[in-house]
This record gives sequence, C-alpha cells and structure tokens, in this order.
Amino acid sequence: MRGLFSFSMFEYCANPDSLEGLAWLSCYLTTGKHLSFYTSFGTVLLLLAITAPVALAFGFGGAAMARSKVGPARLFGKSYISIVRGVPDIAFFMFFVIALDQGFEYLRHQAMCPDWDQPIRQGNDFIVCSAAKLPLSTSPQWIHEVYGFFLAVLTFAIVFGAFAANVIFGAMNSVPKAQIETAWAYGMTTRQTFWRIIVPQMWVYALPGLSNLWMVLIKATPLLFLLGVEDIVYWARELGGTKHARFTEYPHGDWRMWYFLALLVFYLAFTKVSEIVLDKLMKRLSLGQATAGGEALRRAAQ
Amino acid sequence: MKRLLGTALALSLSSGVAFADTVRLGTEGAYAPWNYLNDNGEVAGFERDLGDELCKRAALDCEWVTNDWDSIIPNLVSGNYDAIIAGMSITEDREKVIDFTQNYTPPDPSSYLALSADVDLAGAVVAAQATTIQAAFVANQGWTLVEFATPEETVAAVRNGEADAVLADKSFLDPFAGQDGLVMLSRMEQIGGGVGMGFRKSDAELREKFNKAIQSMKDDGSLNELIAKWDVATQF
Repeated sequence: MRGLFSFSMFEYCANPDSLEGLAWLSCYLTTGKHLSFYTSFGTVLLLLAITAPVALAFGFGGAAMARSKVGPARLFGKSYISIVRGVPDIAFFMFFVIALDQGFEYLRHQAMCPDWDQPIRQGNDFIVCSAAKLPLSTSPQWIHEVYGFFLAVLTFAIVFGAFAANVIFGAMNSVPKAQIETAWAYGMTTRQTFWRIIVPQMWVYALPGLSNLWMVLIKATPLLFLLGVEDIVYWARELGGTKHARFTEYPHGDWRMWYFLALLVFYLAFTKVSEIVLDKLMKRLSLGQATAGGEALRRAAQ
Repeated sequence: MKRLLGTALALSLSSGVAFADTVRLGTEGAYAPWNYLNDNGEVAGFERDLGDELCKRAALDCEWVTNDWDSIIPNLVSGNYDAIIAGMSITEDREKVIDFTQNYTPPDPSSYLALSADVDLAGAVVAAQATTIQAAFVANQGWTLVEFATPEETVAAVRNGEADAVLADKSFLDPFAGQDGLVMLSRMEQIGGGVGMGFRKSDAELREKFNKAIQSMKDDGSLNELIAKWDVATQF
C-alpha cells in the first residue's frame, strides 16, 4: 500500500511552513502517511468481516465434532477446543504463525525441490529453496501484505473458532430435551434431529456467548501488527509520535493521545453499533422459542 | 482447514517462479535519524540512503520492509526478509543467533536524557527500549530499568515522570534535547561494537557482498559523508 500516495491532495500544501490553522491541518491530515492510516481502518473492518464467518464455521465444525458419536472426530473436536482455549493468545500469535508459515513453506519445499540436499533447519535458520518461499522473495510488497493478512485471518479464525465451538457446544446441549424426544417420536433420524431441531433452536442460547466473542474480536485486532499487518493502532502510534523538523514537513510534539482518542471513539462507536445489531438479532431469534425471551415476546404481542 | 491449505498452495503456485536477486531489507522505521517513515509513509533516514547505495554497489535489487523491533531477529531467521539494517549494534549475544557485516558506524557512546541535569542514576528509574544494548547495560548496573517496545515511548516515559532518565543512542536523543525541559546528561556510556547489518548464519554469500560494498564506501569516503549528512555517529 505504501508509496501509493506520493503527492499532496491540495496544491497549496507544497509549502506547509507558510500555512496556519485549518489550512495546515488539511494538509497535515492528507499526507501519504495519513492516507495509509485511513486505509488501515478498512483493513481492520475487512479482517473482521472475513474472520467472523470463518471463525463461526470453525466453531460450528468443532462443536459438531465434539458431540459426534464417532470416537476420533469427538477426540479431535474436544482437543481442538481445550488446547486452543488453553494457550495464551500472545503465544499463539507470536509462535503459531511462524510455525504455520514454515509449515506451508516446508510442504512446498518437499513438492518443488525434491533434490535439495541441505538440511532445512541449520541452527536457528529455517531454509527452504527459493522457489518454495512464501511469498517468493521477488514478489512485490503487496503480495507479502496479502499473505500476512491471510495468515492473520487463519490464526484469528482458529483461536476464536475454539471459543465459538465451546459456546456452540453448550448451546446445542441447552436445547430442551423434550424438543429432541418429540423429534424422535415423530420418527426423525439423528441427522434430521440435528439439522431441523437442534441447529435452528440453539442460536438463541449461543448468541450471548458469541456476541461476547465478537466484542473481544473487535478489540483483539491490534494483534495484527504482530503478524506484520500495519493496523490502526500501529499507525496511530507512528503518526502521533514526536516529529522533529529535520525529518518531516509537519513537525509536532507527542500527539499520540489525540490519535488514541480517535481510536477510542472508533472502537466505542463500533461496539455500540454491534450491540444494537446483536440486540435486534436476539429479538429475531427469540421469536417463538420456548425461552424466557421468547415468552416475553409472545406476551407483548397479545 | 484442508481446503484452506489447498487454496494457499494453489494461490502461491500460480504466482509464477522467477529468480531475480531481490533482497528484502528489514528495518524498524521508528528510530530517526537512523530509520523512520517520512510524510509519505516510506522508509527514510541514514540507513535508507546507506542501504540503497550498498545495493547499488552490490548490483542487487532491494526492497524495504518494516518490522517491530521485538521480533526483528526471529523474522530474519525464519526468512521473512534477508537482512536487518536497523541501527543494530554488534554484540556477542546477537552473534550467537545471526551474523553481522563489519560495522558501518564506529562504536559510539550512548547518552542519557533527563528532566534535570543532576539525576543520581544509581537511585533513579532508567528507561530503555527492550532488547537493546542500552537495556542490557542498565540491567547489568543493577539500576532500576523500565523497558518499552518503541523508542518514542522511552522518551515519553521521562516526559511524564514515569522514568527519571532514558538511555539511548546520542543521535536519536539529540533532537529531543532542549524540548519540554529535557536535558542531555554529561555522562555517557561506551557500549556496543558499532552498528552493522544482520544476516542469517547460513547466508554467508550475501553477507560478503554487503561487506564488500561497505568496505568500498569506507574506502572512498562516501560512508563518512552519509554519516555527516544524517549526523548519526562519529566518522571513521
């Protein structure tokens, strides 16, 4: 993304020293660096938009496996949930990602350079043939950034998928026993009971837990920088830091507080909007359910 | 999971195979005048000029990458970029993990910045950036050390009273002196063996190319000119 905007937005910005007040601010806020900052808000929203459904899918898969009647699937589902939930996030983001990246490169190395005779691990170094590098070291920087973003989505999805799996597992078990027994009495198979009775009814039990996870996910996005993706917190810190006249056309002191204040407003607004949407969703899901929420809706309608 | 992996493989296989000599240079981008991001968000500073010139002399195609200081060595050894050029002092501890070129700035003293000139360092709280020679030095003295992830935060800690002094390269602290009541202490510490570029231990060939390029810049005096232009260190 960098270097895309190597010009100023306005012509009068050519000589910032002569500017004051709003004119100065309009130039300052449209430097290439600031445009990268604004773009990074899009990066964060995109990450959330992709990660949330993928994590939900992981969660659903994990929960379905954890309550499976097939032994190995159950073992896999349960281990996924308990191992990933037990590992500290920071360890996951520091080491798992490097391991994941090296795992991909290792597989490509095996496939593409079968006659390579040197060891892949040499002391601390991890060396694969240059054709197996991911991305290739000749790839332009944006491919490296897209790859970093892809790793980020995958890592977030695995971590949050485990928590979601636990929530959904609990929700599936919370569907009233009577509902399931009635399904059997009607002659439904296990598969039909699962898809027609348990899955439609469990969301209302899962939603409070899932909405918590969504809120945590929103606030976890600064971990992106650990994965080499330049996110809003990185840019806020970079832009807010002291700038000396020798190194910039817009010198200023330590302005980090103002940038972080802007982030605070962004996060608060975003979580507020999320709350409103989740409340609406909860109402919609409670409709006709045999829960206190569903009962309240039924009474209100009378 | 399997499908994702397959997609990743397919994606990367289709991106074509080419073997030009692109060398990815990793830097921090937050340590003016050594390396920083300019108004356009591009890497600039002494090491930008130096790296570009070295690549020209070694006939290499170079690309700049920024990385957090904390994880700059792990990301080098796992191959995310090919060299570190980030104001990194040559130390024995680091040489256990990576290999350095010859130094491109001479060993220079580090300085203290404080709110008052008569700070008693032994009883003071001293700030330094984490995993730097300065942090190691303060810890070895047995003084109270507070570490921060970025250089900016170390100075901010002195400004807001969290620390009594900050220890860092003199060239980084110079622009801050005289602002917000910050003063440079007369005491300096002679630590580190000069600044060099870091490479993976298995990358001796590439390191040798840069070694040669650095030597040629030392020989024709252009390295001294660059040091003077950016005022980062004493000259050779």
